[in-house]
Amino acid sequence: MERNNQLHRQVILSRQSLFDQGFLDEQFLQLEELQDDANPNFVEEIVTLHYRDSARLILSIEQALSVENFPFLNPKLLFSYLFYCLVQQVKRQLWCLKVASFLCLCRERNPLDFNKLDSLMHQFKGSSSSIGAKKVKAECTLFREFCSAGNGEGCIRTFQQLKKEYATLKKKLEAYFQLARQAGPAQTACRPK
Amino acid sequence: MNLTNGKGSMSTASSSAAWRAGDVVPDQFPAGLRVLVVDDDPTCLMILEKMLRTCLYEVTKCNRAETALSLLRENKNGYDIVISDVHMPDMDGFKLLEHIGLEMDLPVIMMSADDGKSVVMKGVTHGACDYLIKPVRIEALKNIWQHVVRKKRNEWKDLEQSGSVEEGDRQPKQSEEADYSSSANEGNWRNSKKRKDEEEDAEERDDTSTLKKPRVVWSVELHQQFVAAVNQLGIDKAVPKKILELMNVPGLTRENVASHLQKYRLYLRRLSGVSQHQNNLTNSFINPQEASYGPLSSLNGLDLQTLAATGQLPAQSLATLQAAGLGRSAVKSRMPMPIVDQRNLFSFENPKLRFGEGQQQISSSKPMNFLHGIPTTMEPKQLANLHHSAQSLGGMNMQVNAHGGQGGQGDSLLMQMSQSQSRGQILNETTGSHVPTLPSSIGQPVLPNAVVGGVLARNGLAENGRGTGYIQVSQSSSMLNFPLNSPAELSGNSFPLGSAPGISSLTSKGTFQEEVNSEIKGSVGFMPSYDIFSDLNNHKSHDWELHNVGMTFNASHQANSLQSNLDVGSSVLSHQGFSSSQRTGQNRNISAVGKPIFTAGDATDHVNANNVGPLNTFFDNSVRVKSEIVPDANCDTNIFSEQFGQEDLMSALLKQQQGGVAPAENEFDFDGYPLDNIPV
Repeated sequence: MERNNQLHRQVILSRQSLFDQGFLDEQFLQLEELQDDANPNFVEEIVTLHYRDSARLILSIEQALSVENFPFLNPKLLFSYLFYCLVQQVKRQLWCLKVASFLCLCRERNPLDFNKLDSLMHQFKGSSSSIGAKKVKAECTLFREFCSAGNGEGCIRTFQQLKKEYATLKKKLEAYFQLARQAGPAQTACRPK
Repeated sequence: MNLTNGKGSMSTASSSAAWRAGDVVPDQFPAGLRVLVVDDDPTCLMILEKMLRTCLYEVTKCNRAETALSLLRENKNGYDIVISDVHMPDMDGFKLLEHIGLEMDLPVIMMSADDGKSVVMKGVTHGACDYLIKPVRIEALKNIWQHVVRKKRNEWKDLEQSGSVEEGDRQPKQSEEADYSSSANEGNWRNSKKRKDEEEDAEERDDTSTLKKPRVVWSVELHQQFVAAVNQLGIDKAVPKKILELMNVPGLTRENVASHLQKYRLYLRRLSGVSQHQNNLTNSFINPQEASYGPLSSLNGLDLQTLAATGQLPAQSLATLQAAGLGRSAVKSRMPMPIVDQRNLFSFENPKLRFGEGQQQISSSKPMNFLHGIPTTMEPKQLANLHHSAQSLGGMNMQVNAHGGQGGQGDSLLMQMSQSQSRGQILNETTGSHVPTLPSSIGQPVLPNAVVGGVLARNGLAENGRGTGYIQVSQSSSMLNFPLNSPAELSGNSFPLGSAPGISSLTSKGTFQEEVNSEIKGSVGFMPSYDIFSDLNNHKSHDWELHNVGMTFNASHQANSLQSNLDVGSSVLSHQGFSSSQRTGQNRNISAVGKPIFTAGDATDHVNANNVGPLNTFFDNSVRVKSEIVPDANCDTNIFSEQFGQEDLMSALLKQQQGGVAPAENEFDFDGYPLDNIPV
């Protein structure tokens, strides 16, 4: 009992912190409200479904953002790579130059399809917003802004950040649901103990 | 949830089943509302389903638009409201919206994470009754029943306004008001459920009364019939009662017709509004079709023009044009939508039966200088003619489709004209003056056909493009057909000219294909095979020919037949389309256009592949081009010069052809615009 109470408290706190730290927004509350006796694990099911489905979206975006950075596969990049090596040997401090030259060439070879990126991100954003993933959603918005501005670097940077947030929230939610299951079905955030 | 009102006991899904039994008290409405949800995102779909279930609605979900459409088609009265996402992989949400609006006339709610003003506006213009921003909250879903009620109310109002209110129909309304419970006795629980919420709706309709009719699905054929009837009567004089009589469809009630008529009118209005600015060019020939639909034979240049103009209008316009009789010089339809309009028209998701606007446009009183726009040079003229005709056809097709009878007229007209005059006409058209002479006979039908065809193709109206006659007649007709995706009816006869290709490409969406081919007789070879309306259009060879031409484009199969005829036309068209279509950059299409319809089949396929999306645009372009050309004689020269220099056109055309609009059959080698070659 004591343990149960403690677990319940933990669940409540854990849940609250997710909101307080800005990971979740009110949409998550909407999901919780939909959960009832007929669907006692509704929220968890939805979240699981979301992560499963959005994984492929992440992958698609990743692919769309990727540059062909295998110079050997692309003869056109070979030169850039050689230059890169040369510079590397010549001067260690020229790292920025190396990277820049390499990336520039890479990107030149593979210009970003902003329309496609925007479309993919739109889908991802819709999905993320339906579970109330606040921070992820913000990154999505930022990403789309970069897309419309044609800022490839911004897109890539934002996407890295987005993936971090995405993974963080996923871990947190998994922990939360596990805790909730441990605490028992009787425990719900809105039920005072 | 507020919805639990009265439903306390029925909180489970089974409760809805109970309702269906008919013995449920209507008071439980909106509980039990049958909702169809379409969204490709499984997360959202599941959340929505749960939310709707919590609202005590009956939910069906699907993740593909095609699935949703087939579900709706199978079960005509199975759903009360549809909620659809905007961005879907297999079909654009707005396109689905239009489909549903036309076929099933259900209220549709759009939703999207995108809350940009333009998208929301798009939803409004396409007829969505609401637009929800994702993530959707349950509060937003609780009140969606209001859209169902509102629609019902409006339908009833239409019925009343149309003057067809019958005593019998109305009576139950009053009594029904409070008689919710009695509705249970009636067979159709759903009907009563819908009705009862409306004040004037008597939920209980007597079995005999039309009130209790099951929901009517306006299929393509039915709509064509409707459009034909309306055109016959004249858009202003069309009253549901008469339309009903003309249509002579068993089981159809006046109320059905009335509500459909209202939608049609709105549609036409919308179309005309879009094409208004373009009218200057095409106004001449887009005579109000509605009045003149019947006698296609009288398709005078005006009519054709009108048709052409209407080509821009959605299919309906075309239909009206055609119906109005290609030869109707007096078609006062609104100025055919200039190419620009066409563009707009076609940009509509589903030009299918864009009645309402189309009709109105057709009726615009622009004089049918149907061919006045024809440029001095043959080609331009031809193009213009075609364009016009195409436009008119488009309009006509749209409307005509439904009217078999009308089509016949047009067809005959077209035939005659095309055969004898078309050639001459077209050639003469160059001066523009001839164009008007065409009227009644070839000129008109030709153009309208083309236009119509195109439009029809677009709209899937099955105009009888018996264009054979037409095709000859006017290259323009081919042109017209071309842009007009008029329904298969246009059987491609009419415009072998490039219009077909253009149209086909546009319409290749698949609406009209088979028909068109058959229609095209001989010379024209347009094969507006607008499958949709093929059967309907068959008999309307003349007018429809033009349409067919247009249709053929869509049909994409048509290319073959059209080839010969199309060459001339298409080349002309292509040029026009080419230049004019610059905007859309669908050069391919344009060229396709140029490439006579014959390649339509191929071109369409080809083009379609490329331009499936922008079919509309393409269509618009092609149509537009034509319309521009065709309209006012004075204009056309200018237009033409602006749009495309002959040389440019030629080169463009040739280039296009090579490039590929894929028209596999380059049978039509356009060498200049050999009008003479147009096999009549």
